[in-house]
Amino acid sequence: MKYLDEFRDPDLALRLIDDIARIATKRHVLMEVCGGQTHSIIRNGIDRLLPEQIEMVHGPGCPVCVTPLETIDKALAIASREGVIFCSFGDMLRVPGSGSDLFSVKSAGGDVRIVYSPLDAVQIARDNPDREVVFFGIGFETTAPANAMAVYQAKQEGLTNFSMLVSHVLVPPAMRAILDSPTNRVEAFLAAGHVCSVMGYTEYDPIAEQYGTPIVVTGFEPLDLLQGIKLAVLQLEEGRGEVENAYERAVNRIGNLPAQEMVGDVFKTIDRNWRGIGMIPQSGWALADAYADFDAAERFTVTDIDTVESPLCHAGEVLRGTLKPDECPAFGKECTPRTPLGATMVSAEGACAAYYLYGRFKELEATP
Amino acid sequence: MTIDNWSCPMPLRDQPMIVMGHGGGGQLSAELIEHLFVPAFGDNELAALADAAVLDPGGRISFSTDSFVVRPRFFPGSNIGELAVNGTVNDVAMRGAYPRYLSVGLILEEGLPLAELGVIVESMAAAAAHAGVRIVTGDTKVVDRGHGDGIYVNTTGIGILRDGADIRPQRAAPGDVVIVSGTMGDHGMAIMSVREGLEFETSIVSDTAALNHMINDVLDTGADVHVLRDPTRGGLAASLNEIAHAADVGVLLDERAVPVNRTVAAACEMLGMDPMYVANEGKVVAVVPAADANTVLDAMREHPEGAKATVVGEVTDTHRKMVAARTPLGATRVVDMQVGEQLPRIC
Repeated sequence: MKYLDEFRDPDLALRLIDDIARIATKRHVLMEVCGGQTHSIIRNGIDRLLPEQIEMVHGPGCPVCVTPLETIDKALAIASREGVIFCSFGDMLRVPGSGSDLFSVKSAGGDVRIVYSPLDAVQIARDNPDREVVFFGIGFETTAPANAMAVYQAKQEGLTNFSMLVSHVLVPPAMRAILDSPTNRVEAFLAAGHVCSVMGYTEYDPIAEQYGTPIVVTGFEPLDLLQGIKLAVLQLEEGRGEVENAYERAVNRIGNLPAQEMVGDVFKTIDRNWRGIGMIPQSGWALADAYADFDAAERFTVTDIDTVESPLCHAGEVLRGTLKPDECPAFGKECTPRTPLGATMVSAEGACAAYYLYGRFKELEATP
Repeated sequence: MTIDNWSCPMPLRDQPMIVMGHGGGGQLSAELIEHLFVPAFGDNELAALADAAVLDPGGRISFSTDSFVVRPRFFPGSNIGELAVNGTVNDVAMRGAYPRYLSVGLILEEGLPLAELGVIVESMAAAAAHAGVRIVTGDTKVVDRGHGDGIYVNTTGIGILRDGADIRPQRAAPGDVVIVSGTMGDHGMAIMSVREGLEFETSIVSDTAALNHMINDVLDTGADVHVLRDPTRGGLAASLNEIAHAADVGVLLDERAVPVNRTVAAACEMLGMDPMYVANEGKVVAVVPAADANTVLDAMREHPEGAKATVVGEVTDTHRKMVAARTPLGATRVVDMQVGEQLPRIC
C-alpha cells in the first residue's frame, strides 16, 4: 500500500486542485475514458472538488457495460447448457441480458464460476476433461493479453474442452467515434492508464493530431487523476492538442511488447457492436483464424435469442458522455443497482453505479 | 490442533469418514456423541443425554441464533466450528448480556473425514471455554453425499442481561460517536484468499474472536453505550446503514479513520473491493455519547481484540437514514448498502 498512499495525499491533491483552478480561465469539458477512473473520481469526490469551469464526463471504458447485449444473451444460453462450466470475471454476473443474468442462470442450476484470471479457467478445463469449460473473454486492451495467453496455452496443450466467448473492444476507435459524433462536447481525454501500460500510447498521436485534442495518459489514484486533469487543462488553455503521459510510473511510449505480440497472434481486429453505442468500425478483437477452434460462439450454436434492450435505459448516451447518469429519467427510480436496466448501473466501473453508490450527496444534502 | 495430528478416540476408529449411520440414531450415533461430543464439550447437562437441557438463567435473557455455512470449512486463522461459537457469543453479547449457554446443531455430509469433525468439535469446545459459555444441548444430522458442504453448523445462544442494559440500534442519537474495535475486513478477505478459483498468497487471517469479555469491561465502566453491533456480513457499511435506519439518524464517517490492515487493503485494491463492505468476525461497532468515547476506547484497548479501537465517525441529525463518508480529499460520499455480495472486478 506504500505505493498507493503516496498518490492519495490530501495536501498535494488540494494543491493540484488550486493549480487547476488558477490555470482554467474558461469552461472545459474533459472525458476520463476508463470506468476505473470514473469510480475513483466519484468515490473520492474529485468531481465536486474541481473548480466549476471543469466538467468531467464519463467515458465508455467499462468493459462489461459495452459488451453487446446479444453476446450476453449468448453467454446466458451457453452457461445454461448441461455439461458446461461457464467462467467469468465477477462483475459480469449481475449484468442484465434480455431478461436474465448469469447469477440467475447459476441459481437455476447452471455451473457458473467467478474466476480472477482466464488462466484459472484453463486450469478448470484441465481438471474437468469431461466438461466443456467456457471463459467469457471480455474487456479492453488491458485484459486481452491474459485472455490471449489462456487460448494460446489451451492450443499448445491440445485442451479441446476449453473455449472462449470473446468480445474485446479497443479504446482508440471509441475515442474517434466520440469525437466524430455531432453531439460531442469532449475537448480533451484522460486516456486509460492500464490500457496504455499494455499498448503504449503511440496510437493516440494520429488522433491528437487529426482532431487537435489533448490526450493525457492518466492513472487511477487521486493525484494521478488530478495531474492528468491539470496537464489536459494546461494544453487546452495553451491551444495545444498533444499526447502527454501523466502516468510514467506504469506506462511508457511503446508499451508491453511481448503482450502486444501475444495479442497480435491470438486475436484479429474486427468491426464491433458496442452496447448502447452501436457499431464502431475496426474497434474489436476476435479470435484469429488459427484459433477459431477455441471460439465458443462457433462451438455452441445458439439460436432463438431475442435481444431486447429496456426502452427506459439511456446507457448509450451516458457512455458517449452526452448524458450524466443522474440526468437519466430512470436513474434511482426504475433503475437501481438492485433492478438495473443497463449494465452501467451494475458494474464496479459503470458510471451509473458509481453515481448511485457514491455520488448522491447532492440529494443527500437536501434531505432533512 | 491439526487434522493430521488429531487423535481419534479408540471406539470411533473403525469409521474414518462420516457415514449415514452417524445421524441415524443407532449405535454409530451414540458412539459419536459418547466418544466425541460429550468428552469435548465436557458439560454435565449435555452428558445427561436427555431430550432437552434444563437451565435456570435467573433473569432477563438475550437469545440469538446463527447458522454457519462458510466454505472452505478450514480457512486462514480458524475453522467453521470456532466461528460458529464466537459468532453467537458475540450476537448475544451485543445486547449487553453475559453469554451463558449454547446449543450446537451439526449437519454433516456423508464422507466428511472424522478427523476434520474432530478438530472442528475440539475448537468449538476451546472457543466455548474461552468465552465462558456452556454447550448444553446439541443435534447431529447426516445428509447424503453431494447434499451438503461437508459440515454446516447452527449455534443458538442464551445470555443473562446485565442490570439495566438497554443496548439497541434505535438508541443511536445525534452527538454520539461511532467506535470500531479494530481493523475492518480481515475475515472476509481471509476467506476470499482461499476461495476456489480466487486463491491468492497472503498473510491475512480471520479475526474470529469472542468479544464478550471486552464488552463486559466496556459496560463495567458505566459508559452509556447506546448501540453495539457485530459487523459481520455486509461489513461496517451494512451495520451503520441498519443503525441509521433504525434510529432515523445520519452517520458521517471519516474514511481515513477507518482502520484497515495493510495486507487487507492491498488485497481489496487488487480485487476491486471496499473494506467497509467486507465481513468481520471479531469486531464490534459501538455507538456512544461523545463524552464517553475515551472511557470506552480505554476499556477496549485493554484487550487484544480491541487494541486498535478508534473513533471512526459521528451520528448526525442531517441526512437521516443515510451513511456518508468524508473522503481523504475532504469530499463527502454516500456509503450505501450493497445489493448482493461484492464481486471481484474485471481489471
